[in-house]
Amino acid sequence: MATVEEAPAGAGAAPIGRVMAQMAMVMNLDKCIGCHTCSVTCKQAWTNRTGVEYVWFNNVETRPGQGYPRRYEDQETWQGGWELNKRGRLGLKAGSRFKKLIQIFSNPRLPSLDDYYEPWTYDYETLTNAPLQEHTPVARPKSLITGKDMKIAWSANWDDDLGGSIDHGDKDVLLNQVSEKIKFEFEQTFMFYLPRICEHCLNPSCAASCPSGAIYKREEDGIVLVDQDKCRGWRMCVTGCPYKKVYFNHRTGKAEKCTFCFPRIEVGLPTVCSETCVGRLRYLGLVLYDADRVLEAASTPDDTGLYEAQRQVFLDPDDPRVVAAAEKAGIPRDWIEAAQRSPIHALINTYKVALPLHPEYRTMPMVWYIPPLSPVVDAVRDTGRDAEDHRNLFAAVDALRIPVDYLAQLFTAGDPAPVDAVLHRLAAMRAYMRDINLGREPDDAIPDAVGMTGEQVYDMYRLLALAKYDERYVIPPAHAEQAHQLEELATECSLDYEGGPGMGGSGPFGETSGGAAPIAVENFHALRDRQTSDTPAAPTEKATRVNLLDWDGKGSPPGLFPDTPSQGGDDRGGDGPGTGHDGKTEPKP
Amino acid sequence: MTAPAQPVTLAAEAGTGGILLWVALPYVCLAVFVLGHVWRYRYDKFGWTTRSSQLYERRLLRIGSPLFHFGILVVLLGHIGGLLIPKSWTEAIGVSEHMYHVGAVVLGTIAGVATLGGIAILIYRRRTVGPVFSATTRNDKAMYVSLTATIVLGLAATVAANIAGGGYDYRETISPWFRSIFSLQPDPALMTGAPVLFQLHVLSALLLFAAWPFTRLVHMLTAPLGYLTRPYIVYRSRDTALGTRTPRRGWERTG
Repeated sequence: MATVEEAPAGAGAAPIGRVMAQMAMVMNLDKCIGCHTCSVTCKQAWTNRTGVEYVWFNNVETRPGQGYPRRYEDQETWQGGWELNKRGRLGLKAGSRFKKLIQIFSNPRLPSLDDYYEPWTYDYETLTNAPLQEHTPVARPKSLITGKDMKIAWSANWDDDLGGSIDHGDKDVLLNQVSEKIKFEFEQTFMFYLPRICEHCLNPSCAASCPSGAIYKREEDGIVLVDQDKCRGWRMCVTGCPYKKVYFNHRTGKAEKCTFCFPRIEVGLPTVCSETCVGRLRYLGLVLYDADRVLEAASTPDDTGLYEAQRQVFLDPDDPRVVAAAEKAGIPRDWIEAAQRSPIHALINTYKVALPLHPEYRTMPMVWYIPPLSPVVDAVRDTGRDAEDHRNLFAAVDALRIPVDYLAQLFTAGDPAPVDAVLHRLAAMRAYMRDINLGREPDDAIPDAVGMTGEQVYDMYRLLALAKYDERYVIPPAHAEQAHQLEELATECSLDYEGGPGMGGSGPFGETSGGAAPIAVENFHALRDRQTSDTPAAPTEKATRVNLLDWDGKGSPPGLFPDTPSQGGDDRGGDGPGTGHDGKTEPKP
Repeated sequence: MTAPAQPVTLAAEAGTGGILLWVALPYVCLAVFVLGHVWRYRYDKFGWTTRSSQLYERRLLRIGSPLFHFGILVVLLGHIGGLLIPKSWTEAIGVSEHMYHVGAVVLGTIAGVATLGGIAILIYRRRTVGPVFSATTRNDKAMYVSLTATIVLGLAATVAANIAGGGYDYRETISPWFRSIFSLQPDPALMTGAPVLFQLHVLSALLLFAAWPFTRLVHMLTAPLGYLTRPYIVYRSRDTALGTRTPRRGWERTG
């Protein structure tokens, strides 16, 4: 595959250090319609348990907007990520190791539940159990924390689609950093969606913040995980992560985070969020990188140089020297081949259309984004001009400083040049492909204007627009000879679970003591408990609450549907096994 | 310094009762403490956590928790200085009994009051803040009673001894007894003469230590001091990362 790269980095001189493989993701924001399917399926898969009701490993934010948790990008407040000290060396922004240990008894930089939101369910039982009365009964919101009535004030996507932006649109952290003018033009401004998961950084500040050393980066695929057996609940990782993608499970007292769905990745399946993405905007694949160069790149003096510095850490998997070094480092042959076919490598380094999210946090994030061209296209279309014409689009990219500056705040530490370049490339692809699709002679001046060939533009178009499942998700499975080790790793516990008190109730030392249950077991119990619980939000039995968000539509939680009185009273005696309670849940028209 | 008049003793004599209280009980509690922790660590790594409630409430915790924890760390240092270091050692470096006593009382009272104030705030918070209270188990409540009783008794013993008389020199009795436990030559007679508040303090502390491995207090033993020296980023191989416990018999890795 030809590359746009003008100077292949390290072609001759630079020695290759330790080669490591990283499973990474790219999201094409132009395609995101903000449907939240990824968030919901992720929640169903990973955080539908008590203790993590407020947790969204995957969330979709409307930008401009405050995000989730609110204003998480304000690192002056939250002190996440890394910073360079006076001597130019990399250190945690929240302070030295000693300072962190001193603050361990009460972490001053921990977001409170208000910064996320207070999770709730509804008292649906009232709707069906309320006696005959003048007014229609209502399902009151019940807090999943206190079990009491509550007033809903915020949620993970409360400002979805710029909702309420008149009141709190100015609380967007990035808007404060962009020029003043944006405030006056906010009404006629742009909007796009930003799905976020854990970045599985090359230089994870959550892991560096963990006093217990429970957060680790996997050597094989770079996925960052929390060892649930080693986590002691010191909460420093929540502060350390600038993306606020490590969460505290208030029931188990342990940190939890996005796992990159590693049980799926290990068998070659895409993550749940990717698999269920309606817009097919997510790409998964391997990136080979030089682990010895990470620290140096993260210590780049200038914030705006971090994007380029991180790109230089990645290795070209087609370079024979890299292949040799990778094999020496023990990376299996099929993984190297997967890295060569990786859409991530293509989008980041070949076409250079993907950008990292907030590189200025210096964590070397590994979930990258193709910035949206749609605000520009929309603006052109609104003027009545041809929004597919490359001259109009190029001019608009150059003229519409607000979206570009805003995107630069997100993706390049404020430097508009790389964003400009990406948007030009996307605009060129749009204009060039229209000619082809309309059967006209393709205009090679268009790719020339952005330093690409027509063939490259077409390849990029194929990857962005047409790529099938196996082209979007190039995931080499973990090796079969390791298969028995992969059976139940979800909580990093072995299979010695035998009905221990860790599941679904109180062990002798608190709600979740005893061994950690395998996820499959926990899901089974949670589902069963939910379907057999008495009350929607009983504060005493947190494990058995009905939560409609979690309800899978099978079975009937008591109180969800009205009892049918004409069933012949107690049916416990003579009924066969087939006509259980399921038969009674048929909702009446 | 003169010992106060013959104080009331808990055990009638240093006979059977004394041996049970000051020889048998300490060894039982010590054994439970050690073996309990070993067992808990093997059985319940997942439950081994601080179970922080900061997410529920932060304002009271911000004051109470550091007050209590730093207070009790100073108290711990004081106990090490008072119990483990023999009187002859401090006198050898020129610290007179009076100097030691004044220092211990001043520092001990400040730390004790901080600890007690801290735990008072934490208990008030635990009872009055709804989510915190509903996350409190019976185990926690028992632990709080035991811990508070030990702190109150210890502080009371110090204060009473200093107000009633000119102080009590526990380094003549309690400290040698404490060391005699570990040198495997227990001497219960040393304890039977101690004032009753000191005796009660020791007993409640022994019971607290016996309960320790089975409460949330275990988090103390995993205080993350290793953080100061380990590298920032931890890499682990998938191969060796099958949880931190040993695999079941028959499931050991072969490769």
